[in-house]
Amino acid sequence: MIIEHPLLGPRDSQEFTCLGDASLLQRPDASADDAAETFFDYQYLRDNPAGTHRELWYHEMGDRSWLVVTRDTATHEILAVELASDVVTAGGRS
Amino acid sequence: MRKMGGYSGFRILREGLTGNRGWRPAWRDPEPQQAYDFVIVGGGGHGLATAYYLASRYGEASVAVLEKGWIGGGNVGRNTTIIRSNYLLPGNEPFYEFSLQLWEGLEQDLNYNAMVSQRGVYNLYHSDGQRDAYRRRGNAMILHGADAELLDAAQLRAEIPFLNFDNGRFPIQGALVQRRGGTVRHDAVAWGYARGADRRGVDIIQNCEVTGFRIQNGRCTGVETSRGFIAARKVGCAVAGSSSRVMQAAGMRLPIESHVLQAFVSEGLKPVIPGVVTYGAGHFYISQSDKGGLVFGGDIDMYNSYAQRGNLPVVEDVCEGGMTLMPMIGRARMVRMWGGIMDMSMDGSPIIDRTPVDGLYFNGGWCYGGFKATPASGYCFAHLLATDTPHDTATAFRLDRFRRGMMIDEKGSGAQPNLH
Repeated sequence: MIIEHPLLGPRDSQEFTCLGDASLLQRPDASADDAAETFFDYQYLRDNPAGTHRELWYHEMGDRSWLVVTRDTATHEILAVELASDVVTAGGRS
Repeated sequence: MRKMGGYSGFRILREGLTGNRGWRPAWRDPEPQQAYDFVIVGGGGHGLATAYYLASRYGEASVAVLEKGWIGGGNVGRNTTIIRSNYLLPGNEPFYEFSLQLWEGLEQDLNYNAMVSQRGVYNLYHSDGQRDAYRRRGNAMILHGADAELLDAAQLRAEIPFLNFDNGRFPIQGALVQRRGGTVRHDAVAWGYARGADRRGVDIIQNCEVTGFRIQNGRCTGVETSRGFIAARKVGCAVAGSSSRVMQAAGMRLPIESHVLQAFVSEGLKPVIPGVVTYGAGHFYISQSDKGGLVFGGDIDMYNSYAQRGNLPVVEDVCEGGMTLMPMIGRARMVRMWGGIMDMSMDGSPIIDRTPVDGLYFNGGWCYGGFKATPASGYCFAHLLATDTPHDTATAFRLDRFRRGMMIDEKGSGAQPNLH
């Protein structure tokens, strides 16, 4: 798979490691009353779709940026690549 | 129960002398009935074994197995055929040892030649620390009634002389051997269980895709299928690889990711690899099938996938591991490679449990250890379905163990499915 890095252009997926579902960017509020429940969900449960999946890839052997890759898990086609920092900022976090 | 001719050497002789006109299909192709006591979703190894043990051990007469495609067309037909019980943790080892014991009696039990071959599983170690870890594992195995033996380099050299013992980076210091481990003809496992279940009255219904569950007041009353609604007192799902997709129809999210694991077969060679050999310093394991092909594999591709095929970086990694461990295989040509979809769970261990929906039971999360577990998985799932209590060897495989912090994490790598 070739990942179109937003800053570096096309890079071989071998340069990256895959962490998993990009929902891991939405860390729950640890001080909320239901934190035990929301952290269980965050840590252990996954949608695991057959189809479009947003996931975190780390450019370990490159510029060490975190990317959000949108990929089809049924075909391995990569549909979009964003910097994780941009995704987080767009979501209203700093 | 419908009587059918058993298989035996005498039968082969008799059929041979009478033109082989007496053979019949090994299982029926029945139309689905409107209702069963037990419906098993998934006609793979685990689903067929579940149906077989429900009928043979728990005396259940009304059982159906529903399969989307053809039986044995999923992971039971796509694995590397290894059986072993070399686990460390108390939640796992009794279960896998139970499974290995069932393998040992399987062919007589099923009256089917599954080519169970206890040729030994050799886990190589390459450092003092790894040797000590393997010794600990071996001791844990022995404490649970399994067999284990620690070989030093000289002993291992006498048994498997062709390994690259003096590799500069990862010299081979020895191996932990389980001599009762080995290989089984994988397709025959599916066919043997199917035939055994069918002979005890189980309806095996192929080309019947489950599209949904009928759930009323928190209770599952049956399944919607491509061949109409089928009512059931209890429904058991054994669809590892597709667990998240199927259980989503019952409103559940699982502690599972689907990943692809590749495997490879070389051209047929004369006997050269005596047992199953696993590399302790890289991702590579190998055995030789009775047809002569070298059967080998390595690690998962590391990203979520339902594609049943992997990518080239892992092919390269596996072949590098093989060349490092036994350079002689570089002369063999690879003829086939394929991928299977694994239920990678959050702690690397499986789930056999009830679900929050009454009457709906779940079996999955087998990671890449599902084949060896087939008999015990079926037995324990049948026990759970029939009695509503977990089998003694499967009490730890609870669905809610992540919520309770009772993980069974053999490698201690945490809630990161692609590292298990």
